[in-house]
Amino acid sequence: MTQAFRIENGGLINRHKKLSFKFNGKTYLGYEGDTLASALLANGVHLVGRSFKYHRPRGFFGAGVDEPYAVVQLFRNGETEPNIKATEQELFEGLEAKSVNCWPSVNFDIGAINNFLKIFLPAGFYYKTFMWPKSFWYRIYEPFIRKAAGLGVASTKHDKERYEHKYEYCDLLIAGSGPSGLASAYAAAKNGAKVILAEDKPRFGGSLLTSDVNIGNQSGKDWADGIVAELKTMPNVVVKNRSQIFGYYDHNMLVMSEKVSDHLPSTKKYHPNKRLWYIRAKEVLISSGSIERPIVFGNNDTPGVMLSSAAKEYLKVYSVLVGRKPLVFTNNDSGYETAIEFKKHGVDPVVLDSRKNSESEIIDEAKNLGINIKNSYVVVAAQGYKKVKSADIASISEDKKQLGKIENIQCDCICVSGFWTPTIHLASQSGNKTKFKEEIDAFVTGQSKQNEITLGAANGVFSLEETLKTSFTAGSELSKKITENDNKIPIPNVVEKKSSQHDKFWCVPLPKGKNYKRFLDFQNDVAVSDVEIALREGYRSIEHVKRYTTLGMATDQGKTSNLNGLQLVSEIENKVVPAVGHTTFRPPYTPVSIGAIVGREVGKHSKPTRKSPMHSWHEKNNAVFVDAGVWLRPRYYKRGNENLFEGSKREAKNVRTNVGVCDVTTLGKIDIKGPDAAELLNRVYTNAWLKLPVGKARYGLMLREDGIVMDDGTTTRISENHYHMTTTTAQAANVLSHLEYYLQLVWPELNVNVVSTTEQWAGAAIAGPKSRDLLQKLFPNSDVSNEGLPFMGYMEGDLFGVKARIYRISFSGELAYEVNVESDYGNFMWEKIIEVGEEFNIQPYGTEALSTLRIEMGHVAGSELDGRTIPFDNALEGLVSKKKDFIGKRSLQRSAFIAKDRQRIVGVVPLDKQTSIPEGSHLVKDDKAPLPNPKLGHISASCWSVEYDNPFSLAILKDGKNMIGQKLFAMSPLKNKIIPVEIVSSHYVDPKGERVRS
Amino acid sequence: MLYINCPHCGMRSQNEFSYGGDASVKRPELNKEVSDQEWDNFVYNRKSLRGKHLELWQHISGCRQWIKVERDTATHEIFRTFKSDEEVA
Repeated sequence: MTQAFRIENGGLINRHKKLSFKFNGKTYLGYEGDTLASALLANGVHLVGRSFKYHRPRGFFGAGVDEPYAVVQLFRNGETEPNIKATEQELFEGLEAKSVNCWPSVNFDIGAINNFLKIFLPAGFYYKTFMWPKSFWYRIYEPFIRKAAGLGVASTKHDKERYEHKYEYCDLLIAGSGPSGLASAYAAAKNGAKVILAEDKPRFGGSLLTSDVNIGNQSGKDWADGIVAELKTMPNVVVKNRSQIFGYYDHNMLVMSEKVSDHLPSTKKYHPNKRLWYIRAKEVLISSGSIERPIVFGNNDTPGVMLSSAAKEYLKVYSVLVGRKPLVFTNNDSGYETAIEFKKHGVDPVVLDSRKNSESEIIDEAKNLGINIKNSYVVVAAQGYKKVKSADIASISEDKKQLGKIENIQCDCICVSGFWTPTIHLASQSGNKTKFKEEIDAFVTGQSKQNEITLGAANGVFSLEETLKTSFTAGSELSKKITENDNKIPIPNVVEKKSSQHDKFWCVPLPKGKNYKRFLDFQNDVAVSDVEIALREGYRSIEHVKRYTTLGMATDQGKTSNLNGLQLVSEIENKVVPAVGHTTFRPPYTPVSIGAIVGREVGKHSKPTRKSPMHSWHEKNNAVFVDAGVWLRPRYYKRGNENLFEGSKREAKNVRTNVGVCDVTTLGKIDIKGPDAAELLNRVYTNAWLKLPVGKARYGLMLREDGIVMDDGTTTRISENHYHMTTTTAQAANVLSHLEYYLQLVWPELNVNVVSTTEQWAGAAIAGPKSRDLLQKLFPNSDVSNEGLPFMGYMEGDLFGVKARIYRISFSGELAYEVNVESDYGNFMWEKIIEVGEEFNIQPYGTEALSTLRIEMGHVAGSELDGRTIPFDNALEGLVSKKKDFIGKRSLQRSAFIAKDRQRIVGVVPLDKQTSIPEGSHLVKDDKAPLPNPKLGHISASCWSVEYDNPFSLAILKDGKNMIGQKLFAMSPLKNKIIPVEIVSSHYVDPKGERVRS
Repeated sequence: MLYINCPHCGMRSQNEFSYGGDASVKRPELNKEVSDQEWDNFVYNRKSLRGKHLELWQHISGCRQWIKVERDTATHEIFRTFKSDEEVA
């Protein structure tokens, strides 16, 4: 394949490196330094897609971030990514891309029938049409619209790429490396400020890459290269290309997406695909430049119609001719610059200038080159379907209302310039109240909201000399404030051609009898007629017009369409543009990969993984792990071919008959010290704490102020003013914050300190009838008899030379102890317990057996303390003191909480003693009642009782206290189960609690 | 993301803090008779102001101190921050 439209010399591409790539299955060649767009244009490919609504052929309109058309599906290294702008995608060897929004192919697209039906698809068509019958929406309309809509297809595969986040702080953040960005960065850097300069394109320099100017006796581009080279050597400067600052958030936090690998065939090992920078800047300089805006005319979406600045960029940067018979249609001098470039490369353009007459240095140059210029002329309509073949042109009256006789001239591209729109998105996102500037027919930034200033073309300043002057000054003044250095930078002399005033003309009237589509929004297919309909139907606010017509709502966010849309509304409404106002600019400025936003927090990195000191022992002994919050806990220890049910049953049974050991390190632990520690506990817990003796533990229940149970656990008095609190694994962090809240804000007079010691202690629960025998062997020098260490007692012991804390507490309902040692000795402790316990047939048990043991004992846990229950619901009202006040007590008087039929915990047994009841099942009186069947309660936890060898569940049941003995149904529509059940006491095993005291 | 001046640690990003609600809420004293209305006001009723709002934040990934932050709920502007025991004038 030849690159027929590539000029032989010049440009900034690397002609020594040819790259081959595929587009829609066909192979082409391009050069290193090309974008996909420039490489396709070099090969004469103009048809790249189909439009969103009418499926009209789409070509290239821009050469960068503003591109509304050339959105492709990219294939790279076995992955696919939708919504890639061909104008931004750099070419690499082996690149593959496909058109989107067309079926079966871009050349023959069935959806294009919409184009002929366009009379039926005006603004609001979907809202009006797909309203009835209602049942059609899900089955017919929505699937149809979904198939018809969209720009590309997201991959359903796991994304193998890696994305990083980076946090950075700087003095000056500069968005854009055009003349204003470079000048301000240079001045600030020279003052020693910490500067970050970000450029979204691969090349630095912005407009200097394509403009014909001279700075300090060198070309604009050479000057830019020199500045960038020097900035890169300075340690206080970070210079980043391929980096788009897309969002300006609160307190001068800006977010930048750096494309690290998108320009490479595959991501290098250990490199991210993209890096998201969160940058907190002291000062923000917005030098984001401006985007050329189109002039609206008939069929202005035909491939071959493009911005004149884009045509110039393809020519100067990529050495690509977008056509050999160009027609330039302009209302200002920029079009002439493009025409001059064409002429210099041996191509004869025709310039249509909507102005009657205008004079400037640029126009003079064009005239001297012999360029054919037609003043007071406009393009009425482009002709050609898949590519511009000719243009209907006409003269236009001075009031721009009357067209002269229509002539047709041959052309293969139409380069449009409707003047420039400053890129004010970042400033607007920061909260800047923008204002309309009559002289340029566009909005510019107003009063700064945060520490942002806007420079150069982004601020509506189009003179290079003025831009450099203000930017050098801004960079140096702002950095001086921070570093107190004042290195004066001489401002270089500038040679630029002066331009003349542009014409306030943006839309060509329709000729009599013609009904050309004149598009405003090219990506969403919003035409002038759509906005007219919206206004006719009574939409007035620009925000409503936007949503009704979808003007500016596409992925390009109306970069080229917004202002023309506003002009139209203002014209019809007979208001000035500022009175119409513009819609809100919201981040991101340009689409950002979801992967970049998520960063490294995917899969197992989405949360930290906490492991107990005994983790490696569990691993070696076939533990099957389960996520318990951020902790990994053994669920059961697999023996042979056991499944979870068999393994956990074995473990639980062994606790009931012999002795088991469970890793309870994950329980939250809080050290509480100070003379008022008891008083704090007394206020935090519902039960009494002032009289707990040293060396004793007590079970406590704490509420939120709204009376709902927050957490439970045991707290032990280690010494006079020292307590050790345990919390549930899940609530550990919340309970600590809760205590700190009351100590710091509510009762600062209490002299108490709290600190988390969860990670300082390793814990092992030893439970079962033989646990005391085992304990005695572990601590031969301690008296662990029922008298020496009674139920809820505490002592310190010596575990083969390691200091240990021994608590006689039980969660399993068996005689049980908990031994704590410092974390570093956790594994030592565990191995000793297993080793010494061998003669007592010890087995480790996991969380599944732990649950079984507590459920059949009727001990509540997280599934009952679910943020919706009060002490009564959990049969814990005995722990609620009537004498003292505590957090949440007043709420317990709420009428719902003292209702006679208040919900309460019960036990549930299936009548057939066989069928396990799914957790979450609803309890109902009548399984045949019509839906919604009134719910009496729900199953909170289920197990297989090892004591009775049948299923047993806990439930929170309305009027549970009076329901014992009743027969109900447990219904689980999810599992498609209806199980007849009997309500029993929640204390299924050892209801008197004799075992723990034995 | 907000940039909060912790009176103990200095300027820190919002993701080091957790929000604690209206700082002007006073818990009724312990052991005091409290009407239903008073208690509801303490537990549930909040003003949801637009504008200047004194609120609590805890520097959870820092010094763990609860602090008071005077913030505009509409613009997110932070005017002043205070230690938990500092009087807000």
